[in-house]
Amino acid sequence: MPTQYYLFLSIALFCIGVMGTLMRRNAIIIFMCIELMLNAVNLLLVAFSKMYNDPSAQIFVFFIMVVAAAEVSVGLAIIVLMYRKVHSVDINILNRLKH
Amino acid sequence: MDIQQILFWVLAITAIGCALGVILSRNPINSALFLIVTFFAVSGNYLLLNAQFLFIVNIIVYTGAIMVLFLFVFMLMNLDADSEPQKNRLIQLAGVISGGILFMVLLASLRSASLSPLEKGSTEIGLIKNLGKVLFTDYVLPFEISSVLFLSSMVGAIVIGKKED
Repeated sequence: MPTQYYLFLSIALFCIGVMGTLMRRNAIIIFMCIELMLNAVNLLLVAFSKMYNDPSAQIFVFFIMVVAAAEVSVGLAIIVLMYRKVHSVDINILNRLKH
Repeated sequence: MDIQQILFWVLAITAIGCALGVILSRNPINSALFLIVTFFAVSGNYLLLNAQFLFIVNIIVYTGAIMVLFLFVFMLMNLDADSEPQKNRLIQLAGVISGGILFMVLLASLRSASLSPLEKGSTEIGLIKNLGKVLFTDYVLPFEISSVLFLSSMVGAIVIGKKED
């Protein structure tokens, strides 16, 4: 496949993730759209690593997955804590730093 | 069209369709399931690019750990099929237009890029052996620091999530 097709796919997935982050009000779904954006970037990096014959990009993808896993665990802990206090995951209610 | 092209088109359309399903579905558990299928489609694309290690790690880490964590949180919160209000129609439209403009800008920047074809790249850089050699010789310091990162995130998640007595 020509490289452009992988780039189009990655750009499309990234922009769908951006649209989802702006359109939804549920905090967990916004989180999932951020994971979608990270995956789009991973796909782009793997395509470029094959194009330039450089394994460093795939190592970078590995570390992006590491950071995404750590970030999901902490982020979901924060969301669960807020849910315990406010009983909602609506971001219009969660938009203040203190309650 | 040979089998690789057919596979690429099938996986690409699956990925984009399920990504649209993630952002458009009302039930949050449906969004999570759509995202799982999207991750499988993207992992299939890794396999087409002969990145075997990342294919397996993507499925194990993203689908097997991160999405399971999301589904656990959904089950804990007992979110209804449609208990969440939607944003203002105007704001939704503004979001879609912003995403569309970003898409146009990124595509326009791609049109003037000269990219060499993928077939010239080596087919062996995705194998576990070669990636392992690079990871443990050139990138051993980030590898060790990532273990400290995991430890700190585990401690942080438990401290944040503890019930106060």
